[in-house]
Amino acid sequence: MSTVGKIARRTFLIGSAAVAGGVAFGIHVVKRPIDNPLLADLAEGEAAITPYVKIDANGITLITPRADKGQGSYSVQANLIAEELDIDPATATITPGMPGPAYFNGAVLEEGVPFPAYDQSAVAEAMREFMAVPAKLFQMQMTGGSSTVPDGYVKLRMAGAVARETLKEAAAKRAGVARGDLKTQDGHVILPNGDKLAYTDLAAEASQLAPIQDVALRDPSEWRLLGKAATRRVDIPEKTTGAIKYGIDHAVEGMVHAAVRANPGIGGDVVSYDASAAEGMRGVQKVMPVAHGVAVIADNTWRAFKAVEAIEIEWGPGPYPASSPEIFETLAAAVNNEEAFDHRQRNEGDVDTSLANGEVFEATYKLPYLAHAPMEPMNVIALVEGGKVTIWTGTQIPLFIRNRAALIAGVEAENVDVHVLPMGGSFGHKLEMTHCEQAVEIAAAMQGTPVKLTWSREEDMTHDYPRPAAVAVGRGKVADGKVDTFDLSVGQSALAPSWFGRLMGMGIPGPDATITTGSWDQPFGIPNYRVTGYRAPEMVPVSSWRSVGASGNGFLHNAFLDELIHSAGADPLEERLRLCIDDTSRKVMEAVGEMSGWNGTDIGENRGRGVAFTLSFGVPCAQVIDVTNTDQGIKIDKVFVAADVGRVLDPTNIDAQLFGGVIFGLSHAMNCELTYENYAPLQNNYHQYEGMRLYQTPEFEVKVLENGPKIRGVGEPGLPPAAPALAGAIFAATGTRLREMPFNKFVDFV
Amino acid sequence: MKLTVNGTEYEVDVEPDMPLLWVLRDELGLTGTKYGCGVAQCGACTVHVDGTAVRSCQLAAADISGEITTIEGLGSAEALHAVQEAWIEHQVAQCGYCQSGQIMAAASFLEFNTEPTDEDIDRAMSANLCRCGTYPRIRAAVKSAAAKLNGA
Ligand code: FES
Ligand code: FES
Repeated sequence: MSTVGKIARRTFLIGSAAVAGGVAFGIHVVKRPIDNPLLADLAEGEAAITPYVKIDANGITLITPRADKGQGSYSVQANLIAEELDIDPATATITPGMPGPAYFNGAVLEEGVPFPAYDQSAVAEAMREFMAVPAKLFQMQMTGGSSTVPDGYVKLRMAGAVARETLKEAAAKRAGVARGDLKTQDGHVILPNGDKLAYTDLAAEASQLAPIQDVALRDPSEWRLLGKAATRRVDIPEKTTGAIKYGIDHAVEGMVHAAVRANPGIGGDVVSYDASAAEGMRGVQKVMPVAHGVAVIADNTWRAFKAVEAIEIEWGPGPYPASSPEIFETLAAAVNNEEAFDHRQRNEGDVDTSLANGEVFEATYKLPYLAHAPMEPMNVIALVEGGKVTIWTGTQIPLFIRNRAALIAGVEAENVDVHVLPMGGSFGHKLEMTHCEQAVEIAAAMQGTPVKLTWSREEDMTHDYPRPAAVAVGRGKVADGKVDTFDLSVGQSALAPSWFGRLMGMGIPGPDATITTGSWDQPFGIPNYRVTGYRAPEMVPVSSWRSVGASGNGFLHNAFLDELIHSAGADPLEERLRLCIDDTSRKVMEAVGEMSGWNGTDIGENRGRGVAFTLSFGVPCAQVIDVTNTDQGIKIDKVFVAADVGRVLDPTNIDAQLFGGVIFGLSHAMNCELTYENYAPLQNNYHQYEGMRLYQTPEFEVKVLENGPKIRGVGEPGLPPAAPALAGAIFAATGTRLREMPFNKFVDFV
Repeated sequence: MKLTVNGTEYEVDVEPDMPLLWVLRDELGLTGTKYGCGVAQCGACTVHVDGTAVRSCQLAAADISGEITTIEGLGSAEALHAVQEAWIEHQVAQCGYCQSGQIMAAASFLEFNTEPTDEDIDRAMSANLCRCGTYPRIRAAVKSAAAKLNGA
């Protein structure tokens, strides 16, 4: 029996329940103590089971509660179940199911603990487990933080295994043979005489049995689907034929189309508006105020867009400094200002004494606000009717939406259904719900009529809740050709309180670790090593953006370290290896060195090579980037990526997630920023926020290692090292140090 | 006005300046064609008019004279177009939202350029944005589709 199996059974039981014409297997809430807050808002009996597998005469349904925003998580969740259940996941129906508290995501908060991910000590581990409790309290049926795989790795395989053994038990009873003599294959139980019984045919009998709990999870050496390069993503065919229905494609009988314009200074008011031109336009049914804005309801998306544009609106001021220069002044004023001190989770040696004498190297870095801008803009369908609310939308936070919709419509949360639909990208954008609030507000005014709200690209980018901007100051010293003192101070508005404030109506108290995540928790040992977070006041409301704190800190930490290494006269890869105190991380850096044939940053005339390393979401990731300085500007030639995920479940997809993360990182490092004037971002469509295009895309070589002690998700860790590796390569090729993003302010790109 | 989409003739009653994109999506319920930017920047709305790739967000309904093909008419799950086959073989899609447009762009491009160089592919496919960063696989898939179409 695998140890994973033992651990799993200590932690939870997989239960079963009879459902119409069949059986469901999943997390079984055995008892319901009155004081368990997780279960307090569940109706009597409702808590019995939250299914992952449902089988009836019509077929097999796999319920994959973590949302898929493009990273292949439906597929990996389905494969985790199917691996043990012995079915071909392509033959099953795969659905995210309805939100329910038992789908809480323990792993999403795990890395929010004050221990770096490489710290596997007992205290750190206990803390991580403890963090699963607040996750329950916060009702986090949430997808984020690359947590899908760690969270489902055991639970979903257990659900598949228990279902399989229980179906075998049903077959054993029917055929009068021992369960141990039965096999399973492709959705069937195989009897000793070779006869096959379909799972669908056994489901009703299985529902009458106590689920078989004593199951061992298969050893990875026996896997058919997991870890196999040939395993295909189940969602790709329908994404290739155009058949998939994203939220924006969903239709409900009798629906109308809404468009909104809210104050581009997020949170600002509407002073007045004149909708006379809009009201007479074809298809327009209604114009109404919504929170901070105005909505048009029409019979077609385009007509609604056109009409809402035709409304003349006078906006009140936004609740934050009006322009980028003021915002950056505020950020800079927070850095190294005792009154703005937020946290210091790394403080080794004696930085103050070291910096008090000798030659101190100092550099200042600036990071802009960045929009998520997934290709599918925000959209939702809401129906308010007879004291009930129904919502259809692509989201990472269905339970928060349920609760907020209940509040707005004045109904109990149990009278709100949220149907989660496929998402055309997110990058953290779909951890927000302003569009849902607007839609429920409109639908409440149009009782009985389903209202589909679609944000125009301009509305979407203007109300993106961007990644925080930051100013950081590094001060350091080198001695004997080595990095001796590293002191990084990061000034930023706090992300967690801003975001939780919107989600839960209240901020969360305490320090905001995301200000320095990706800097304070790196696996290096430097004699004098300090990382401090300073909290600037909340300005533009901010949120999680792919790889969260590490998205900016990956650059800050690597860029400053690079400068120190350079002034020490050392090699950027060699010195990182020398400073590294974590084995898994070291092997990742060694791997990228080997792949690239590392031999310094000089790779020929007009060319340059950079390296960077970030440990984020528990995944150490190292990258080497080669560039050429051409007559037209910098050309990115090649990117080598090495990362360690503990165990590879879907190699073909992991590869894509890693290079996708790198491309996302490079796109924004090269070209993107939101700058503010008169409270609003000046960039509101892709021509002003230009990601990487195919002709700029470098060649990739990706290597995934499996030395890490835990299984990890990989949707985010590819991003953080990309920008600093590029900056390092550009320095090697041109001698220009880049301390501010986007880099196209200082160099041209081909 | 009359429109022929995927071989079927439709009678639609819309303003002459309604972009084809919204006629397809909201009037005809053909949602495979996507809205991404509305301003000719992303290519998510790419369809064919008489075989040529166009951005349906920029094409007024009244200005269309040819036959329209959308992703729904390019191939089906049972009879995939060579480009779609290559897209599945290379596991291109991530979120997939841009892929209808990418595939329509590639299919039209390969009609006109049967033996594209790497540079041709880079240039032709750079008008379509992919925020997920599937570009390396798009490149590879276009190459295999070209080979397939040439009977290789
Ligand atoms: S929607 Fe037409 S190009 Fe973006
Ligand atoms: S696959 Fe997501 S935008 Fe291209």
